[in-house]
Amino acid sequence: MAAVPLRRPLDAETVVVPVGQVFVIPERCKGCRFCIEFCPEQVLVESDRMNAKGYRYPVVADGKERACVNCGFCRLICPEFAIYTEEIR
Amino acid sequence: MSGEIYVQAHPVDHLVRADRLPHIWCPGCGLGSATACFASAMVDSGLPLDKQVVVSGIGCTGRVAGYLNVDSFHTTHGRAIPFAIGLKLANPELQVTVFSGDGDMFAIGGNHFLHAARRNVDLNVVCINNFNYGMTGGQFGPTTPLGARTTTTPHGNAEPPFNLVHVASSLGAVFVARWTVLHIRQLHRSMLRALDKRGFRFIEVLAPCPVGFGKSNDIGEGLDEMWFYRRQCVIDPETDLAQATIEMKHDSRIVLGDFVDIERPVFRPSGWEE
Amino acid sequence: MIAAAERRVLAGRHFMNGDTACAEGALAAGCRFFAGYPITPSTEIAERLAERLPRLGGCFVQMEDELGSMAAILGASWAGAKAMTATSGPGFTLMMENFGLGLMTETPCVIVNVQRGGPSTGLPTLVGQADVMQAKWGSHGDYEPIAYAPASPQEMFDLLIAAFNAAERYRMPVLVMADEVVGHMTEGVTIPPAEELHLVGRKRPPAGANGWLPYAADGDLVPPMPLAGEGHHIHVTGLTHDERGYPATDAVVQDQLVRRISQKVQVHAAEIISLEELLTHDAETIVVSYGCTARSARQAVLAARERGVKAGLLRLITLWPFPGERMRELADGSRRFVVAEMNLGQMAREVERHTRAPAVWVTHAGGAMIPPTAILRAIMEAAT
Repeated sequence: MAAVPLRRPLDAETVVVPVGQVFVIPERCKGCRFCIEFCPEQVLVESDRMNAKGYRYPVVADGKERACVNCGFCRLICPEFAIYTEEIR
Repeated sequence: MSGEIYVQAHPVDHLVRADRLPHIWCPGCGLGSATACFASAMVDSGLPLDKQVVVSGIGCTGRVAGYLNVDSFHTTHGRAIPFAIGLKLANPELQVTVFSGDGDMFAIGGNHFLHAARRNVDLNVVCINNFNYGMTGGQFGPTTPLGARTTTTPHGNAEPPFNLVHVASSLGAVFVARWTVLHIRQLHRSMLRALDKRGFRFIEVLAPCPVGFGKSNDIGEGLDEMWFYRRQCVIDPETDLAQATIEMKHDSRIVLGDFVDIERPVFRPSGWEE
Repeated sequence: MIAAAERRVLAGRHFMNGDTACAEGALAAGCRFFAGYPITPSTEIAERLAERLPRLGGCFVQMEDELGSMAAILGASWAGAKAMTATSGPGFTLMMENFGLGLMTETPCVIVNVQRGGPSTGLPTLVGQADVMQAKWGSHGDYEPIAYAPASPQEMFDLLIAAFNAAERYRMPVLVMADEVVGHMTEGVTIPPAEELHLVGRKRPPAGANGWLPYAADGDLVPPMPLAGEGHHIHVTGLTHDERGYPATDAVVQDQLVRRISQKVQVHAAEIISLEELLTHDAETIVVSYGCTARSARQAVLAARERGVKAGLLRLITLWPFPGERMRELADGSRRFVVAEMNLGQMAREVERHTRAPAVWVTHAGGAMIPPTAILRAIMEAAT
């Protein structure tokens, strides 16, 4: 069976995809991983370090420094008000 | 460039009582997500924050009012809706949102829900449904699925649950929606639609309660329940609400959507001048 | 327009039943919100307000039950309205939950209980006075209530104004413990002109104040009250809370808060307590009574005097706070006390507690007035 081509928006050539900067408040994190698992661009991973409560907070994965598109999903879904993004381009 | 930047404050800190953070909710609980989403919706609605009021009852969701930096009332168990009716009728300028849980709003407060919806009182009602009484340690409630294990149904729940969106719609609620905290963008949009309408508006929000429900019901942690939502939910605004029951089984679907958006005369007390 | 023609205060002389006078008293006091559920023998209060309140720009709402009624008036009060409900025994029991919320959150409002015979459904159409201890202790936790006991339709009018004034002054729910006889009795009622009424409004934060703390009490132990919609972003909770209204569930805050909301009544007891004394100056036997039963007690005292017995009447116009100090003054060791009430001895125990002596109890479980002869017999027995 022939491979089905991936769907591609018709205006993909003209739309400029933004780049986002991730901001984290490590001490608020309770380690639920909602942001890490459901980030549409898979930008985040768990930190190596733990915060004072013993939770591993989200950090940007190696090589994903410019992968955030500032969609704001992590900010909305974070139960702890511990992460947000801002557009840098 | 580097990855993340560490900071001390969040852009919505002015919308929450940041001096009360961290909140009391467990890791993996969906209540914080629903609260963050509603805080954003309050601002994005463009309605003046000074005129927005949040009323909660008792339970884990009952604590939502206390974390939102608007006029907020944490009332008695089940009585958030009638308290909110008093606020709204005595000052019609207020945009009053009732934010409470499934047990508070549909067991002990069920009668108030029925009559407020029937009257079409101008209230925005958000019900967080986590399928159990979380605050008291995971007892069954009016939305606990048949067969589910809780601390007071150790042999399995023998009672069929309410189908909340069907209940609300049958009573004439002018806006009825169901989302999960995983569907946070759709929930945000739905909250904005509700805030933009008048009359009795109802949004059911499914949220994980890993401690009280997930772990004892083959679902697992909060994150596992979010994956469960990802696998089992279908969005179908045209669905037959009578069939939109929630079983929380690995082979059953959960239907989501903005289901009802109608107009109906908004409650005015008898004798009020036009 | 109807609204323009409607008079808030129906100044003049009327022939009115107690429930109607109660509704008129509430309107004269500035009540602008009523939520209630029909229950005999209080229903005429709701019916009168359903007719009159909307024409005066107020709001009448019939709720699905008394739980909701009580919650709604608390909400209305935080939106700035003088608010009330009216009920009877079974409904009063349902209101106890949110009466407690009103006490804890310091929310001014008025609850009228037109008492009937209980327990349970009891005597729906017949009189009782057996809810007076429920007024004191019916909601869980410690509190110091304010409760009035009208003995006539005129007092149903007058004490509604007093109750609203006390609710606003001390920022708390205030009870009017009426009874079926007083509610359904028709008598002359004089309603004074509006300008002669003394009305009190709640203490408010200073103009221009921002982010006012809803539970920062002044020296009089009463905190000024910010309202919803004013920009203060208040938090109000039934949990034990600090001055900001934030939950603070620890032993120190609990003791401070519960003491303050009790003491704000206790330190003002002299202003709040209202008594009528008839011939007590030289009385050797004092009859303590209230509400409709006090009408029989008055006849009994006068009849005893005709027989040469030095009897006097102490009528409790306020039941709570209890006039313990006056009771102790009168209890000089030689005076005897008779307590007449339509229950099996509720205030009688309170009288004995303060006079430190057994009283003669004239009690009945309700259903009909205690006749003056029964009280006279007790006076004569006490005098011998």
